[in-house]
Amino acid sequence: MNIARLATARRNPKGWHWTDIAAYTYLVLGVLLMFGPVLWLVLSSFKTQASLLEFPPSLLPMSQKEVTVPGYPQPLPLFTVTMEDGTTRELAQVRRVGIQAQMIDPANPGQQLRVPIDKRVPVRQFALATENYTEPLERFAFPQFLANSVFVTVVATLITLLINSMAAYALSIYEFKGKNAAMLMVIGTLMIPITIILVPVYLVVTKLGLVNSLWAVILPGAATPTGVFLLRQYMLTLPRDLIEAARMDKASEWQIYWRIVMPLTLPALAVLTIFSIMWRWNEFLWPLAVLTKTESYTLQIGLNAFQGELQTQWQYLLAMTVMTLTPVAIVFVFLQRFITTGIANTGMK
Amino acid sequence: MTLTSKTSPVASPAPVGGLAQSRGTNPVLKLVSRIIDWPMAGLQRLIGERRMPYIFLLPNLVFFGLFVFVPIAINFVYSVTGGPALFPSERPYVGADQYAYLFECGSYVDPNSCREDHFWRGVYNTLFFSLFQVLAMVGLSLLTAVVLNMKIRGRGFFRAVYFFPVLLSPVVVALIWKWILQRDGLLNAAITGFGGDRILFLAEPGWAMFWAIFVSVWAHMGFYTLILLAGLQAIPADIYEAAEMDATPRWRVFWRLTLPLLWPNLIVVIVLSLIRAVQTFDEVFVLTGGGPGTSTLMVVQYIYETAFSNQVQNFGLAAAASVVLGIVLFALTLAQLAFTQRKSS
Repeated sequence: MNIARLATARRNPKGWHWTDIAAYTYLVLGVLLMFGPVLWLVLSSFKTQASLLEFPPSLLPMSQKEVTVPGYPQPLPLFTVTMEDGTTRELAQVRRVGIQAQMIDPANPGQQLRVPIDKRVPVRQFALATENYTEPLERFAFPQFLANSVFVTVVATLITLLINSMAAYALSIYEFKGKNAAMLMVIGTLMIPITIILVPVYLVVTKLGLVNSLWAVILPGAATPTGVFLLRQYMLTLPRDLIEAARMDKASEWQIYWRIVMPLTLPALAVLTIFSIMWRWNEFLWPLAVLTKTESYTLQIGLNAFQGELQTQWQYLLAMTVMTLTPVAIVFVFLQRFITTGIANTGMK
Repeated sequence: MTLTSKTSPVASPAPVGGLAQSRGTNPVLKLVSRIIDWPMAGLQRLIGERRMPYIFLLPNLVFFGLFVFVPIAINFVYSVTGGPALFPSERPYVGADQYAYLFECGSYVDPNSCREDHFWRGVYNTLFFSLFQVLAMVGLSLLTAVVLNMKIRGRGFFRAVYFFPVLLSPVVVALIWKWILQRDGLLNAAITGFGGDRILFLAEPGWAMFWAIFVSVWAHMGFYTLILLAGLQAIPADIYEAAEMDATPRWRVFWRLTLPLLWPNLIVVIVLSLIRAVQTFDEVFVLTGGGPGTSTLMVVQYIYETAFSNQVQNFGLAAAASVVLGIVLFALTLAQLAFTQRKSS
């Protein structure tokens, strides 16, 4: 995108109003404030542990250049050294003794030099510390958390789609006794967030023998009032002739639901699918209450546990945070339009 | 996603009378739907066509009953019984003792004088948080929606940018900001770069509360912006054209035309954000853990910790506190319904 053209272009033919300038300023600042923190997280997640401890931090992931010098088993860090005569040389440091550093020229390793440490500056290069991403996969139960989250998200979304669409179908296509009561029940549940029934839902889940099982996370939120409303609203717009015609053809009610109404409701089902994936992937309070064993943690709970334990190992924590937000970011990039229209139409999320 | 991709979408025209033909290319799905068809048709023959809607409703209502309505009832039982047992049958009846304990205060203005001081700190923190969070949230999302509704280039891009954080999980949001706000973080680097002193943002009560509010506005304002933007776009353009003819100043158009027409949406946003603010837990819990001390402890965190993470799990007290919270939320929801009713009539 050509920023200059973007900033100077205008649709108002009458010329610039000060509010136009203010609007663009606000929007550009907004981009910085909304996107900047995420970008900073991603950049930081590629830094080595040593460079994460630097203050002030460098913008890009940088690490000190190292050279292997014959005669030394470990690679040696490179420095730019200002010599006494004012010239600068690139030297490798062998060891540091107090305020003196023993250094050698990589091209001529035989000769050792003693340099005051304030005369040397590390040689740095852009480097991505990908080990931040690979090591947690081996060292922690991160793959297990990932698998748990994927399982919860997929299974819960499938159940939600099925039972919500069935209920929406009943509430949109049929007239029957108790329909209003059923609608009222759905509205009622909209008012009862999990925050106020935490303890009794825990009891129900215990009675069902599900504590510490992933089903304890999946089942309580599977029937969503939002989903029923969203699908019902859409199904109400379907032409009734279609259903009548199918009945004439001796289709059963289930066939009408499954083979006619469901395919036609796909746009609304897509919106609910995206919503459900977001809800489930990001869910926190309920899994936190009900999952107490590490092997059943979802990503969010695992990440929260890590941030308590790994305060000194930010490099892993940051990388795992990036891995947790990546699926959401991908969904966002491809399905942004669905999500925004879905929210604008229902006023819910 | 699975469902969308498996059932190949049937574009219009709809297959009227084409039921016998196989639809969809996935043979597994075809087989599954055949297998379900058969017992469902049998069921319909057994109970009759008119009772089928109940069958469709049943699964969803069973879930609602099991995980919403039954729990509401049990919640009251918990709140009037005592002891550490989880099963209500093993819990002795204590009447209103839990509520009395919760409300036992020397003076309600001073949480220190209360028997259960954490609860009252939670109440006051939540009130303070909600007040300023809702003010900031509504103000900023209104401003952003108005700006996005102007004739600007790249509107879709800017809208997406403001909306993006809404999709992030609370844990991720909190960790992003924790990393920026920490002692050697980006913000302190900027402050020292300008010659200031480092601030321990999450270790000073005032700052911790400020950032709790800031982060929660940052994370959710895109959602409310979207609702307000939809409201703004529903305002017919000819109203503005008339104003433009008269060369009415822009601020006046906003004050006299836009704001009154947007008022119903604004009410929805205010009440909705208030309902959410009162239930704040996730981001703040991960960001500050309720600290330093109890300076950002919210009511929901109090309930969670009383029931699940304290040494002695006090389900009764937690249930009593959640009944109180439930009453507040119920009142707020009724207010919202009343406002939206007035809007539609």
